[in-house]
Amino acid sequence: MQTFFIVAILILGFLITFQIARASEYVSVLRGEEKSRKQSNRINAFLLLLFLILGLFGVYYCNEKLAGKILTVSASYQGEHIDTMLWITTAITGIVFFITHIALFWFCFKYQESDNRKAYYYPHNNKLEFIWTVVPAITLTILVGYGLYYWFKITGKAPKNAMVVEVTGSQFQWDFRYPGFDGILGKKYYRDINVAANNPLGQVWDDPANHDDIHTTGEMHLVVNKPVKLVIGSKDVIHDVGLVHFRMKMDAVPGTPTTMWFTPKYTTAEMKKITGNPDFVYELSCDQMCGKGHWSMRGVVVVETQEEFDQWLIQKKPQYYVAFPDKDPSNPAFKADSTKSGNAAIIPANSQVKTKQ
Amino acid sequence: MDAMHAHPGVVSAHEVFPSEAEHHAHHHKQSFITKYIFSQDHKTISKQFLITGIIWAIIGGLFSVLFRLQLGFPGQAFPILETVFGKWAPGGEIKPEFYYALITMHGTILVFFVLTAGLSGTFSNFLIPLQVGARDMASPFLNMLSYWFFFLASIVMMSSLFIQTGPAAGGWTVYPPLSALHEASEGSKLGMDLWIVSIALFVVSILLGGLNYVSTILNLRTKGMSMTRMPLTIWAFFFTAIMGIVTFPVLLSGLILLFFDRNLGTSFYLSDIVINGQILPNEGGSAILFQHLFWFLGHPEVYIVIMPAMGIVSEILSVNSRKPIFGYMAMVGSLFAITILSTLVWAHHMFVTGMNPLLGSIFALLTLLIAVPSAIKVFNWLTTIWRGNIRFTPAMLFAIGFVSLFISGGLTGIFVGNATLDIQLHDTMFIIAHFHLVMGVAAFFGMFAGLYHWFPKMFGRYMNPTIGYIHFWVTLIGAYLIFWPMHYQGLAGMPRRYLDKSPWVSFNQFGELDKMISVVTIIVFVVQLMFVFNFFYSIFKGRKVTSENPWKANTLEWTTPINPGHGNWTGEIPEVHRWAYDYGKDGKDFIPQTEPVGVNEKIER
Ligand code: HEM
Ligand SMILES: [Cu+2]
Ligand SMILES: [Cu+2]
Repeated sequence: MQTFFIVAILILGFLITFQIARASEYVSVLRGEEKSRKQSNRINAFLLLLFLILGLFGVYYCNEKLAGKILTVSASYQGEHIDTMLWITTAITGIVFFITHIALFWFCFKYQESDNRKAYYYPHNNKLEFIWTVVPAITLTILVGYGLYYWFKITGKAPKNAMVVEVTGSQFQWDFRYPGFDGILGKKYYRDINVAANNPLGQVWDDPANHDDIHTTGEMHLVVNKPVKLVIGSKDVIHDVGLVHFRMKMDAVPGTPTTMWFTPKYTTAEMKKITGNPDFVYELSCDQMCGKGHWSMRGVVVVETQEEFDQWLIQKKPQYYVAFPDKDPSNPAFKADSTKSGNAAIIPANSQVKTKQ
Repeated sequence: MDAMHAHPGVVSAHEVFPSEAEHHAHHHKQSFITKYIFSQDHKTISKQFLITGIIWAIIGGLFSVLFRLQLGFPGQAFPILETVFGKWAPGGEIKPEFYYALITMHGTILVFFVLTAGLSGTFSNFLIPLQVGARDMASPFLNMLSYWFFFLASIVMMSSLFIQTGPAAGGWTVYPPLSALHEASEGSKLGMDLWIVSIALFVVSILLGGLNYVSTILNLRTKGMSMTRMPLTIWAFFFTAIMGIVTFPVLLSGLILLFFDRNLGTSFYLSDIVINGQILPNEGGSAILFQHLFWFLGHPEVYIVIMPAMGIVSEILSVNSRKPIFGYMAMVGSLFAITILSTLVWAHHMFVTGMNPLLGSIFALLTLLIAVPSAIKVFNWLTTIWRGNIRFTPAMLFAIGFVSLFISGGLTGIFVGNATLDIQLHDTMFIIAHFHLVMGVAAFFGMFAGLYHWFPKMFGRYMNPTIGYIHFWVTLIGAYLIFWPMHYQGLAGMPRRYLDKSPWVSFNQFGELDKMISVVTIIVFVVQLMFVFNFFYSIFKGRKVTSENPWKANTLEWTTPINPGHGNWTGEIPEVHRWAYDYGKDGKDFIPQTEPVGVNEKIER
C-alpha cells in the first residue's frame, strides 16, 4: 500500500511538473520567445553562481561531517609515507580544484549573455597554452617523483629480521601459517589439500620444515615494531589482503604467490586509546571481488608485544600434530623415544630465537 | 564532388535524391521496414543506437536504484522486490547473489551498452556525415550491420537476465578464476557464457562501426573540409574509433581464452585451484594475464567513453559562448596524446596484483602523464567561455556541468594514478567516486548536452527546455551529493562491492550517509525518467523547429533542410571555406563554414 502511494505521488508530481513546463513553453511563445529566453538565461546564470557558493560551502560541510570518520593515524611505519603523499596530493589538487571551479562558475555568471557585450574573438595563444602544458607536467613529475620514492621504499625487499606469516584466502575465509621453530614455511602443493585429513593448506608432510608450522584461521597475530612479511596466496579465486589501518593491500592470486611487508607501529591496545574506541580491532578485509561472500570475508589482526605474542603462540599446536595426533609428544598416545618433553618446550625456544634477532 | 564519386555507396545515394521532388517520391516507395528497421541511413541508425541505449540506460539505472536500496537500508525488507524478483529477493531482501548480479550488470550495461554504443554510436553516426559533408557513411550497409550486431549483443545480454542461475556476477571486469569456474558462483554458470558471447558480438559491432567512422572521416569530407577544419566533435569520434579498433580485439582474444578455460578445460588463467573441496587439474596458467588483456581494452575504454563527450562539449561550449574554441590545435593534440597514452597505462589498474614494482613505477609515470592532456583541455574550455556572451541552453548547462565533473573526477585520478597512494585507495569506494564523476556522470552529461543540442536536427522539434533545466539542476546537484561523500568512505578504507557493512568495525560508521545517498539516487533516477518522457514526447509533440539553424552555429549539419532525408542535402553538398569556429569574428556573431573568405579577411585556418 505504501509503495502504491509513493508511486502515485511520484506520477502525480511528474505530471504536474510536466504540465507546468508545457505551459511555460506556450507562455514563452506568447510573450515573445526572445524575452523569456533572456529571462531564463539570467536565472540560470544566477543559479550557476549560487551553485558555486553553496557547493563550496557543501564541500566544507561535508568535510566537517565526515573527516572524523576516516582513518586516523597510520598503524604502520610504511603507511606514514602514504599519508604524507595523501596530504601533498590533496593540497595540490585542492588548490587546482578551487581555482578551476571558481573560474568556471564565475565566468558563467560574469559573461552571461547581454546586449551590451560582444564575445571576444580569441582563438589561441601559444604562450598561455605552453604554460598550462608545462606547469601541470612539472607538478605531476614532482608528485610522481615523491610517489615513486616512497613506492620503492614500500615495495622493496623486506628486512632480514622480518617475521614471516603466510596468508591464504579462500571463499570466504582467511588462513594463516606461521613457520614455527625453524623459521621456514614448509612446502605446499595444492593437490595435497584435504580438509577432512586436517590439511587445509596442502602442506607436504614429507618436508620436515612443515612439522612445526602452525596454522590458524580468522585471526593473525603480529608483533609491534617488528617488520612482518606476508606471503600471500589463494586456494580458489583472487582475493585481496586489505589492511586498511596499515595502509597495505595485496592481491591473493591462486598459483602465483605474492608478498608484502610492513612494520606495525601500535599494538591493538594502543590503537584503542588513539582512536578512543574501546571496540577497535585491526581488520583484514578482502578487497577483491571473490563471490557472494566477498563482503563478509573478514579477518582480525592482533598486534601485541613480543611477550604477548609468545604467550599466544605457545598454546598453538603445529598442524602436523593435528593431522597426525600419534606423532604429537603431548599426546598420551605418543610413544616417544626422544628426550623432548613435548610441544610446549618447542615453542618458547622458537620465540626466543625471534627476539634475539 | 570528386571525393564523393570515389565511393559507390555515396554516389548512389546522391543519384537517388538529386532534387526535393524525387526525394519525396522515393519516400513513398520505401517500406516501413527499410525506412525504420533495416535502414541504411546513418541518421536512422543513429536513432536506433540512441533508443536502444536509452532502454539500456533505464535498465542499468534501475539496477543501481535496487542495489542502492540494499546499501542504504541493509537488512530491511521491501516486499515489492519479492513480488517482482521472486527467489532473488526472498522476503523482500536482496540476496548476495542478486546484489552481485545487479552491480555486474549495472557496470556492463552502462559502460558498454550505454556509454559506448549509446553515446559513440549515436553521435558518431549522426554527426560524422553531417559535419564533414557526406551523404552517408562510407559503407551504409556495414553501418547497418554494426547496429544489428549491437542489437544481437543486447538480446543475448538481456536473455542472460532471465535464466535460472542469473546473469554474470563477478563484476564488470569479470576477473577469472571467479568468472572461469562454474563452481565459484551462480553468476559464473550459464550467465557468464552469455556475457562472453554478448560482448563478442558487441566487439564486432564496434569494429564495423569504427572502421566505417574512420574511413568516412578520411575519405568523404566535402570540398574544402581539410582535416584541420573539422569540428572537434569529428576529431573526437575519429580518435575514439581508432582506440576502439586497436583495443577491442585484445579484449575479444582475452574473452575467447576465458571461454576455452570455462568450457574446454584449458588452463590459460587457471592454476593450483581447489574449489568446493574439488581439486582442479589445471596448472601453469596465470590469472593475472587476463587482467592485462582486459585492461589493455579497459583503460582505453574509459576514454572511448569520454572522448565523444569531450568533442560534443567543446562544440557546444563554443557555439553557446559565441566564441571560437580556445586552442583548437592543442585540443586536437591532446586528443591525440590521450589516444596514444591510453594504450600505455593499463596496468595502473593492477598496482597491487603483485607485479614487479619497477613495472609499477613505469606505469605510474605514464599514468600521470595522461593527466597533462586532460589538464590542457580543461584550461582551454575555461578560456573558451571566458569573455564570451553565454547562452544557457540546456545543452550548454550540461556542457558546463561536464567540465565541473571532469575536473572533480580527474583530480582524484592524480591520487589513484600514483602507485603509492593506490595501495591504500585501490578497490575502495574512492575508486567508485573517481570514475563515476570523471567518466560515468560526466559522459552522461556529454550525452545529454549532445541530445538537447542536436535534438532539433534529429527530429525537427525542440525538447521542452523547462524540463531540461529541472533535469540539469537535479542531476548535477544529485551527482555531487551521491559521489562526493564517497571519497570519504574510500578514505576510511571501505572496500567497494560490500553489500552490508554491519559485520565490520572499521566500515560501519556511514549508515546515515548511505541512506542519504540512496534517497538521492532514487530522486535522480526519477528525474532521468522525466527526461526520457520529455524525449519521446517531444519527438511527436515538441515545438517545431522553424529555422534551419536554430542555434546560429557554423557547422555543416545546420545547412541541411530541417528534416533532412537520406542523402542529407537536397542539392549539391556545400563547399567549406573555413574552420568551424568563426564566432564573434570581425564584429560578426557567426560565420558559417560555407561562407567564402572575404577579400581582406584573415582566417584562422
Ligand atoms: C586524470 C587522469 C586519470 C588518472 C591518472 C586515472 C587513474 C586511474 C587509476 C590509477 C585507476 C585504478 C584505480 C584502482 O582501481 O585502484 C583508475 C580507475 C578508473 N578510472 Fe581513472 N584516471 C584518470 C582519468 C580517468 C578518466 C578520464 C576516466 C574516464 C573517462 C577514468 C575512468 C576510470 C575508471 C572507469 C576506473 C575504474 C575501473 C574499475 O576498477 O572498475 N579515469 N583511474
Ligand atoms: Cu573477496
Ligand atoms: Cu585506467
